[in-house]
Amino acid sequence: MHIPDGFLSTPIWVSMWVIALLIIGYAVRRTNEKLGERHVPMMGVLAAFIFAVQMLNMPVAGGTSGHMLGGVLSAIFLGPFAATIVMSTVFAVQAIFFQDGGITALGANIINMGLIGTILGYYIYQGIRKVVGGEKGILIGAGVAGWTSLMLGAISCALMLGTSGVAPLGVALPAMAGIHMFIGVIEAGLTVVIVGMVLKSRPDLMELQKI
Amino acid sequence: MNMRWWHIGLIMALVLAGGASLFASSFPDGLERVAIDHDFIELGEGHEVIHSPMPGYVVPGISNETLATSLAGLIGTLMIFGLVYGLGKVLKGSSVK
Repeated sequence: MHIPDGFLSTPIWVSMWVIALLIIGYAVRRTNEKLGERHVPMMGVLAAFIFAVQMLNMPVAGGTSGHMLGGVLSAIFLGPFAATIVMSTVFAVQAIFFQDGGITALGANIINMGLIGTILGYYIYQGIRKVVGGEKGILIGAGVAGWTSLMLGAISCALMLGTSGVAPLGVALPAMAGIHMFIGVIEAGLTVVIVGMVLKSRPDLMELQKI
Repeated sequence: MNMRWWHIGLIMALVLAGGASLFASSFPDGLERVAIDHDFIELGEGHEVIHSPMPGYVVPGISNETLATSLAGLIGTLMIFGLVYGLGKVLKGSSVK
């Protein structure tokens, strides 16, 4: 879902850069206040893992592929704002060094594939986790938040394409939502499996203070 | 030095990134599929603002494509680990607590 340079109109990509920078600025301040020694390796490993897993495109319906984004996964371990720093750095490196996603579109990509998962997704996860309770709550929350955040990211991407005049909203919205319904299953599945593995082998890693 | 959990995590990420080229699907992704089906894919071609050193996760100058992608994956994974670990150290170091 990495938007390249050339898709978004100038008012849209500039606005998305501004919104992304404001949220990242807030996230840096929050993280700066609360980050502890044990968070640092977790941030590094999650960033490395998410970069790697985003290279793993899996085939979905109709000659299309998709990969995990990892915003919800990183927020489950780190909390929404430390996870925001992890995800934003991954997208910046992808755009600068690997031409995956545009430079003008970086703000939009950070919002669609990062912030929607780390922030919105995180609160969906927390809501479900608290209502359901226990290990089951964690896993159900992770899955539902993973799928929902990927869908919301796709819808947000379609809205940006529509308002940029690239494709009519009536076309972009159902097309993006239709394909990403399936890619969301990858996001949900991998998030649940990875969180489940950590719960089994190193449950203490789930206990980091959420930032 | 004992292996810590995050050493294992980093090794797993390196294995994934180094092996990704062998298993990753080369089908267009969701957004590319929509752009192809609705004829706006060409809007994204030739508008790059900068020249990336490893465009498309390929290290230039290596004729074996699998190797070139594996190497790009390994370089990227180590680079991002170092960058975010360093960022974390800086943020923690200036912590007001």
